[in-house]
Amino acid sequence: MSPQFRRHIWSGLFIVGFFLLWEALCWAFNVSDIVLPKPSQIIATMIVRMPALWPHVLQTLYTTLIGFGLGIAIGIALGVLVGSSRLAYDVAYPLLIGFATIPKVAVVPIFVLWFGAGGVPAVLTAMIMCIFPIVVNVATGLATTEPELEDVMRALHANKLEILWNVGLPRTMPYFFASLKVSVTLAFVGTVISETVASNRGIGNVMMIASSNFDVPLVFAGLLILAVLGVALYAIFSVIETNITGWAHRKDEMALG
Amino acid sequence: MTAAAAFQAPVHSQFFVELEEVTLSYGRGERQVAALGLTNLRLTKGDFVALVGPSGCGKSTILKLVSGLVNATTGYVYVAGRQVGAEPVRVGMAFQNPTMLPWLTVRENVMLPLKIVPPFRAQYRAKRNGEFRDRADALLKEVGLANFGDKRPWQLSGGMLQRASLCRALVHEPQLLMLDEPFGALDQFTREELWAIMQDLWTKMRPTVLLVTHDLKEAAYLANRICVMRARPGQIIDDAEVPFARPRTIEMSYTPPFVALTQRLRELIVSARPVKEAA
Repeated sequence: MSPQFRRHIWSGLFIVGFFLLWEALCWAFNVSDIVLPKPSQIIATMIVRMPALWPHVLQTLYTTLIGFGLGIAIGIALGVLVGSSRLAYDVAYPLLIGFATIPKVAVVPIFVLWFGAGGVPAVLTAMIMCIFPIVVNVATGLATTEPELEDVMRALHANKLEILWNVGLPRTMPYFFASLKVSVTLAFVGTVISETVASNRGIGNVMMIASSNFDVPLVFAGLLILAVLGVALYAIFSVIETNITGWAHRKDEMALG
Repeated sequence: MTAAAAFQAPVHSQFFVELEEVTLSYGRGERQVAALGLTNLRLTKGDFVALVGPSGCGKSTILKLVSGLVNATTGYVYVAGRQVGAEPVRVGMAFQNPTMLPWLTVRENVMLPLKIVPPFRAQYRAKRNGEFRDRADALLKEVGLANFGDKRPWQLSGGMLQRASLCRALVHEPQLLMLDEPFGALDQFTREELWAIMQDLWTKMRPTVLLVTHDLKEAAYLANRICVMRARPGQIIDDAEVPFARPRTIEMSYTPPFVALTQRLRELIVSARPVKEAA
């Protein structure tokens, strides 16, 4: 058994153990469903209500992915702009941090005001949630490119675009993919926030309605679905990351003497 | 001067590389630091010149001036008869740090200049680069890395990377080769082996070479001429021919004339050191 496989087994057991402990404590202290439902009950609710929940799951998922896609496009563009010159970095950074520190819940009403309740504010909220980590990582990757690498290119009379394409961007890829893992989960948060505040579709909305009906098991079922989706997306981008930027995660035992 | 004006300008210099009354300083006003005092230097085509001297004497600055990476504060830098940058001269560079791109294979790293530099660029883009692969492989073989083209840079040792870095500097048949202490971080034996390889490659391709080094033996082994520099202000204080026949060997470096030359260079550098640092 490889050490890695053993680690997977242990972390799997840890997750199962967490839910078993939860179940046991609920039984032991006779906790009411309205306060904290048992995991078994949550899963049962999720399965029974799935036909009704499914469209909402899809709604949340595709809202998140559209917002995430827009966030990547804008994030890369801004990151390249900010990271490609010292001046742009110094000038734009304070404003970026200003935007990043605004709690995104506060922005949702503005989007609703502009675009009406529904899908558009959710997409936009997901987008602004995930832009900042992408911008910062792309900009940092570009700004920390070794000057000697650029000297090699400049001595060959490469123009700025060629340097960016051949050196800057490939070098930034590990930073970029690391930021994607974080961003995709943030995009989820953005979507759900917006759905909770102003939408009549999506998991966020389902949870909002369920909680006002004191249907607590359904609220938790929604949470569970969100957790599963979030972890799945994180895992997908993690796999893509190791495949594309494997050179940055090199194994020393492969090196020659 | 605009590019068009430069193009029509008459040939300014018969030498392949000429520094005429060049100075270079960083910063402005009170805080101005002179990196290079008044400097004149001339290289004929196909020459091999070494720059030796203490740290901070502006050796690397001269390389950057000639390759067009920095501009002179005063004076003129001519390459191929015209002001630097006016004439499209192919430049190859190798540094003390091999600066391989880790996401490419060793062969792809070596082929990088072909992707950027005309006239190879057009052919590279047209995907007709099989010939370039062969060229890169031939060079890799020459420096003793025949079967390492498909490896990643981090799988190679420092000496191997430096060999690959030399290949990258030479693959586009540069007219000008800038070597900034390329053997500085290597062990003695690897270094001596690479001197021999460098000498072979230079004899075969005959680029004009400027070599910056701390190693006097290296300078005397490789160069046709050795320029000794002093620091603060950086200046060339001696310009000596190296009379030894080629191909030179390590054994030669133990003969009396060779030792006498390196001795003399050493004394020049030591005596030119600023007094307050002599202790």
